[in-house]
Amino acid sequence: MPVDEGLRSELQKAGVFIASVETIYNWSRRSSVWPLQFGLACCAIEMIATACSRFDLARFGAEVFRPSPRQADLMIVAGTVTKKMAPQVVRLFNQMPEPKYVIAMGACAISGGPFKQGYNVLKGIDRFIPVDVHIPGCPPRPEALLNALMFLQRQIDNQHLTGVNKVRWYDDTDPAEYPIPRFGAHDLEPPFNRAVWHPQKIQRGAA
Amino acid sequence: MIQPITETIEIGGSEQPLYGPRSYQVLSGNDLGSQLLEISMGPHHPSTHGVFRMDVVLDGEEVVKLKPVFGYLHRNHEKIAENASYLASMPYTDRLDYFCSMTNNWAYAHAVEKLAGIKVPERAEYMRVILAELTRLVNHTALVGFLVNDLGALGTPLIYAFRERENILDVFEALSGARMMCNYMRFGGVRVDFTPDILKRITHIVDRYPSFLAEFEKLLVGNDIIMSRCQGVGVLTKELAIASSVTGPMLRASGVDYDIRKVDKYGIYDRFDFRVPLGDHGDVYDRLMIRFLEMHESLKILRQALKQFPQGGEHINPEVKLRNFRPKAGEAYGRIESPKGELGFYLISTGGNLPYRYRVRPPSLINLTILEDMCLGEKVADVIIILGSVDIVLGEVDR
Repeated sequence: MPVDEGLRSELQKAGVFIASVETIYNWSRRSSVWPLQFGLACCAIEMIATACSRFDLARFGAEVFRPSPRQADLMIVAGTVTKKMAPQVVRLFNQMPEPKYVIAMGACAISGGPFKQGYNVLKGIDRFIPVDVHIPGCPPRPEALLNALMFLQRQIDNQHLTGVNKVRWYDDTDPAEYPIPRFGAHDLEPPFNRAVWHPQKIQRGAA
Repeated sequence: MIQPITETIEIGGSEQPLYGPRSYQVLSGNDLGSQLLEISMGPHHPSTHGVFRMDVVLDGEEVVKLKPVFGYLHRNHEKIAENASYLASMPYTDRLDYFCSMTNNWAYAHAVEKLAGIKVPERAEYMRVILAELTRLVNHTALVGFLVNDLGALGTPLIYAFRERENILDVFEALSGARMMCNYMRFGGVRVDFTPDILKRITHIVDRYPSFLAEFEKLLVGNDIIMSRCQGVGVLTKELAIASSVTGPMLRASGVDYDIRKVDKYGIYDRFDFRVPLGDHGDVYDRLMIRFLEMHESLKILRQALKQFPQGGEHINPEVKLRNFRPKAGEAYGRIESPKGELGFYLISTGGNLPYRYRVRPPSLINLTILEDMCLGEKVADVIIILGSVDIVLGEVDR
C-alpha cells in the first residue's frame, strides 16, 4: 500500500499501525482456519494424527475442528468419496458460510485413487466443488497435510477483496450454492458440475 | 450433527417400516399427546467413526427403533480384487480396516497360503506375530481414545493414545515405507527382513508400553464418570452374542471364551503362553476393560516372541513365485483373530491368475448387526458410546 515510509514510522512511534483492510482481512483469515470435523475414510485417521500431539495442527491456528459446517471455514475432504456420499459432501459444503476453502486430501479425493475403477467411487471431488489445494498420497503423511495448510495460507495471503481477481464471495455473478447431485438410474446426475470442472480434452493425432 | 427430520412421526408397532407411508397417531398411554421423533444420525456425525448413519426413533430420550444405514464407503473391494491378480489385492487389504493393515495382510496371505499350500518359514512367522500384536496395541489404544472421546472427554485421552500410536507407526514405516498402508506381508513370508535395529526399536516400545498403559488405566479405568456412563449400558447377552456370530473382544466381553489364536492356533500361536480375558456383564465397560486386558496379553506375547526370535533363517519362502502366481484350482477360507474379531478371506481359484471369487468376512460388519438389540431402551446419548464400543471401521464394514 502506498504510504509514505517516514509517516508510517512516525505513526508507529505513536502506536498507530497502518495497513490495508485487505491485509488485515487476509491475516485474520489465514491465522484461524477452522476445519470441519469431517472424515470419510483412511485419510481421516491421518487428519486426526495431524491434529494430535506429534504434528500438532494448532501451531498453524487450525486446531479447532468444528462438528457443524456452520462454524467451519475449511473442508478437508479426507478419503474416498463414493457416489452415495457425494451429495452429502456437496450439501455440507453448501452449508458452510463463506469464506470457505477446500483441501482434497489423498488420492481418492483428488481422482478416485486406487479405487478409481470401482463402479461406486467418485473420480475426484473437484467435479462438484471448487478445490483449493490437492494433496496426493495414499494416505498423505501428516506433514503433507501441514504443507497443504501452509500452502492454503499463502493463497489466502494473496486474495483480493476488490478488482478483477476479487474473491468468489464478493463476486455477485458467482453462485452461492453448488448444485447437489442426485443418484440417478446409472450414475450421479449430473455426473459433474460444468461450472467448476472441465473435462480434459485429449488431442489425438497431433504430432 | 443430529438433524431432526421436519416432521415427527408415529410408528404404530415395531413392524411398521421407517420409510414409506407413515401414520400419524397419538401414542397410547400418553396424556401429553406427544409423538415419536425420528432422527437421522449421520453420515456426517462427529462420533460415528466414519460415514455411518443411524435412523433412530426416539420416545422422549429412549430409543424405540434403530436402523443402521451403511454403504457410504462402499469401494468395490471384492469386485476389484476379482479382476486383479492375487498379489495386486494385497495393497487393497490395507485399506479394509485402516487401523490394522498388518493383520489384514496376514489374513489374506493366510488364505492364499492355504489355497496354494505354501509353507511359511519360522522367522517369518515370528515377524508376523510381532507385527500383529503391535497392530493390536495400536488398534486397542486408538479405540479406547475414541470411545472416551465419544463419552465427552474431548481430545485429551485421544492425544495420549495417538502419541503412543506414532511410536509404533515409526517402526512400521521403517519396515515397509508407509505409516498406515504397510503392504508388508507376502505369500509365504514377509517383504523385507527385520534388521537388528528394528528389533531394538520394538523391544524399546514393548519395554515402555506398560508404563503408558498404567498411566492410561489410572486415568480411565477407575474414573467415576466413565463407570457411571458405561456400566450396565448396551448389554449384550452371551446367548445373543453367540446367535448373531459376533466375534472378537465384543464376544469375549459377553463372557464367551473364543479366541481364534487359541482355537485355530494358526501360525505359531501355540508356542506362546497367554490368557484370554473374559467379561462378566457384556456392557460397554466390560468391552472397554477387555481392550485394556488384551493389550497386557499382547505385550506378554510380544515379550515371548522377541525372546524366542530365531537368529537366522529366511524371511520369505524362496520357492514361491510371486510373479505370475497361479494357485491350483480349489477353495480356501483363511481366518485370523484381527483386533476387531474374526477376519477371514474366502477364495475360489480356477487355476488362473485371478481369483474366481474373493470374499471378505469382516468382523466390523457382523459385530454391527447386533447394534439395534443393544441400543433398544437406552438413551440417545448412549447410542454413541455403544457404537463406539463395537469398534467399527467403515472401510471394513462397507468394503
